[in-house]
Amino acid sequence: MSDPISERHESHIVSPLLYLLVFGSLMVLTVITVAASRYDFGAWNTVVAMAIAVLKATLVVLFFMHVRWSSRLVRLMVAAAFAWLALLIGGALSDYDTRGRVNPPVEKRSPTGALLEDR
Amino acid sequence: MSEAVAHHAEADRHPALAHHFEGLPEQKEAAGLGMWLFLAQEVMFFGGLFACYTIYRNLYPGAFAAGSAHLNWKLGAFNTAVLIGSSLTMAMAVHAAAVGKRRQIVAYLLMTVVLGSVFLGVKVVEYADKFHHHLVPGAHFRFEGPLARPVEIYYSLYFAMTGLHALHMVIGIPILLTLAVLAHRGHYSASYYAPVEMTGLYWHFVDIVWIFLFPLLYLIPTHAPH
Amino acid sequence: MSAAAALPEPAPPKANYLNISYGVKSWLLTTDHKRIALLYMGSITVMFALGGIFAALIRLELVTPPGDMVQAETYNKLFTLHGVIMVFFFLIPSIPATLGNFLIPLMIGARDLAFPKLNLASWYLFMAGAGFAAYSLVRGGVDTGWTFYTPYSTAFSNTHVISAAMGAFIAGFSSILTGLNFIVTIHKMRAPGLTWMRLPLFVWSHYATSIIMVLGTPVIAVTLMLVMVERGLKLGIFNPALGGDPVLFQHLFWFYSHPAVYIMILPSMGVISELVSAMARKRVFGYGIVAMSSLAIAVIGFLVWGHHMFVSGQSVYAGMVFSALSFLVAIPSAIKVFNWTATLYKGSVSYDTPTLYAIGFIGLFTIGGLTGIFLAATGLDVHVHDTYFIVAHFHYIMVGGAIMGYLGGLHFWWPKITGRLYPEAWGRVAALIVFAGFNLTFFPQFILGYMGMPRRYHAYPEEFQVLNVMSSAGASILGLGYILPFAYLGWSMRYGRAASANPWGAKGLEWQAASPPLTENFETQPVVREEAYEYAHAPQERAIV
Repeated sequence: MSDPISERHESHIVSPLLYLLVFGSLMVLTVITVAASRYDFGAWNTVVAMAIAVLKATLVVLFFMHVRWSSRLVRLMVAAAFAWLALLIGGALSDYDTRGRVNPPVEKRSPTGALLEDR
Repeated sequence: MSEAVAHHAEADRHPALAHHFEGLPEQKEAAGLGMWLFLAQEVMFFGGLFACYTIYRNLYPGAFAAGSAHLNWKLGAFNTAVLIGSSLTMAMAVHAAAVGKRRQIVAYLLMTVVLGSVFLGVKVVEYADKFHHHLVPGAHFRFEGPLARPVEIYYSLYFAMTGLHALHMVIGIPILLTLAVLAHRGHYSASYYAPVEMTGLYWHFVDIVWIFLFPLLYLIPTHAPH
Repeated sequence: MSAAAALPEPAPPKANYLNISYGVKSWLLTTDHKRIALLYMGSITVMFALGGIFAALIRLELVTPPGDMVQAETYNKLFTLHGVIMVFFFLIPSIPATLGNFLIPLMIGARDLAFPKLNLASWYLFMAGAGFAAYSLVRGGVDTGWTFYTPYSTAFSNTHVISAAMGAFIAGFSSILTGLNFIVTIHKMRAPGLTWMRLPLFVWSHYATSIIMVLGTPVIAVTLMLVMVERGLKLGIFNPALGGDPVLFQHLFWFYSHPAVYIMILPSMGVISELVSAMARKRVFGYGIVAMSSLAIAVIGFLVWGHHMFVSGQSVYAGMVFSALSFLVAIPSAIKVFNWTATLYKGSVSYDTPTLYAIGFIGLFTIGGLTGIFLAATGLDVHVHDTYFIVAHFHYIMVGGAIMGYLGGLHFWWPKITGRLYPEAWGRVAALIVFAGFNLTFFPQFILGYMGMPRRYHAYPEEFQVLNVMSSAGASILGLGYILPFAYLGWSMRYGRAASANPWGAKGLEWQAASPPLTENFETQPVVREEAYEYAHAPQERAIV
């Protein structure tokens, strides 16, 4: 499963200017992170904070870690790692968030089948 | 079914080429995949803690906000900048290796070590402060008010997550120093610098973890209604 | 094709990986994947014997209804240690670390795994973990159940929980690094012409297993770390009295421990694919589907962990979703069973030891798997949760499935690993004893569980005694069945007839190498020019519609 891109990657040298640009963006986004935390977005507070963090992480992954120029396989591995993390957190959350909210209707009946109480 | 295919002659094998690989490109790709898989398992390792954090913040929003209020967000922001800066110097070190600039590799690696050490120094200051304010979970934990128990859970996660993160840096810094020594001795060149690049991947991952820890631990809004 | 057919006596032993160097250092510092496989084989055999001793003690106690052999607290330690040792220190490493380590480079035409030194480090990590487990045992053991449920494990148990948890934690990293090594090796080091769809199914199943090892194990590692910290510092992360949630522990624990059961069975399924094909001298029916089913099991296996938590207080909604997904995960396993059966159909089957284990696997795994479907139904699971029905279910898969596959594979590749033939008659006798002993031990447990006998109890009501006595009798027969291979395989290492490179006449690159192989496996790099399992008379396959 050799991917031509990975062969090219060996000789792909990233320009230091691009690194500086990414660094600058990350600094700006850090300032925005702090500023956003002072503003009340209501229920969206956490979403905003995480969205900015995800954007920063994406910049690091794509440019500092060279995933922008990496093989399909590497990109698949990166995607899989975060997908599995989402599965763990999402799966646990789906339990807590649905407790007491979805209960199938239960009819209480006596051993002979008479309906005991309405639910 | 099988046919004879000659191996490479021993003479033209690079000294860093292992016996079970055909050539350096194959070895480097293997190293890269190996490091990415290691980072994938690191995502899941930290991920367990992020899962705990998510569930408990959902259950105890007030306690998490109260606990976070005692963290010094300025130190946290400073450390974030320092760590992102160290990611820059690490990337520059890898670049220097790729273009074969020996002295630059050493310089950038040492800058990364310095920045990483500054980060850890700040963490020591923060931890000492927590200790003095009885916010370290365990026998000496003290917090006024009815939220004490969930606040202790918040601090348990704070120390677990930042502690595990700091441990990864404590492991990373000697590795960076080793690379600097080897680079100084001319071990790396444009045709072979995989260890520098792999360590770079590790260091950037440590940076990414902090990028998430900073807002989640330091910047929980206290005005949040839920 | 019996291995005991008259073959010309092979030439005197040439240099191979076993005799290339001698001495303890040459073994303890080896980076040869074949020697590391043998190091693991020694270690896990010891752990299996240890786990087996605890099983024997459990079955002894359960011969009589009252708890008259040991106290309840001691009994709790017996089943805990049996579980911890068998799961973490035998089943999880077993096939991957022994047969996987030995065979994967050979099967793909490589000289070693991608990271030989990391491979050795994996073994040392395993030994360090086993050391902590042994320390816990020697200091009095642990009584929490192998599941370490909180808050009992963190706040109430008076046993050596931290060292046992540390043992499992460290062994987990051994597993992660092995999986990492396999994935890179399979991607990067295949021989020229060996495309993915020409790989032996043994390799496919180990690739799928490795995905689980890398993505799942870290979660239990960090969870055990939290348990150790909570217990040591008296925190309340999972303790409801201190605001923590024990169900969160269960989510984290089972997120790994369910996929872990697929770590335990997938490699064995890979072995069965190889055995069935070689013994029937026929391509595996539906090769592509069987390969994909391994990946499907690995992925879907991560989606079903809540079926261990139906009665934990988990939401009904989550329970319904986990139940539906648990039905789904049975499909790829069933596909394998159909395809193995279709492979055997109209094959020219020889009833050698490996075949007996393979056929035993197919039958017993099917029973275990079907009972898993029963358990996926929430309504039924509530009735039999924490009873012997569950115990029987997972032993049918782990012992009737995984261990039979391990033994079958061990016999099949024994000539390759040791250069010796084992005595075939003894092999068949032992396989039949294992099969009989196994069924006598565990089938009664289905009935016991359905009748209501709880698990992890050292005393039970009078009416359950007959079935318990049958189970314990079966256990002693099963024990004999395990001791026999240990004896005659050991004997064969010294006195067995020398084996040729390919005593079974099987397809696969590993049979191109000498028996035992050279340290570097092949004299010259093999090149692959045909599909997998290209046996001479494949057309039978088309008769199956």
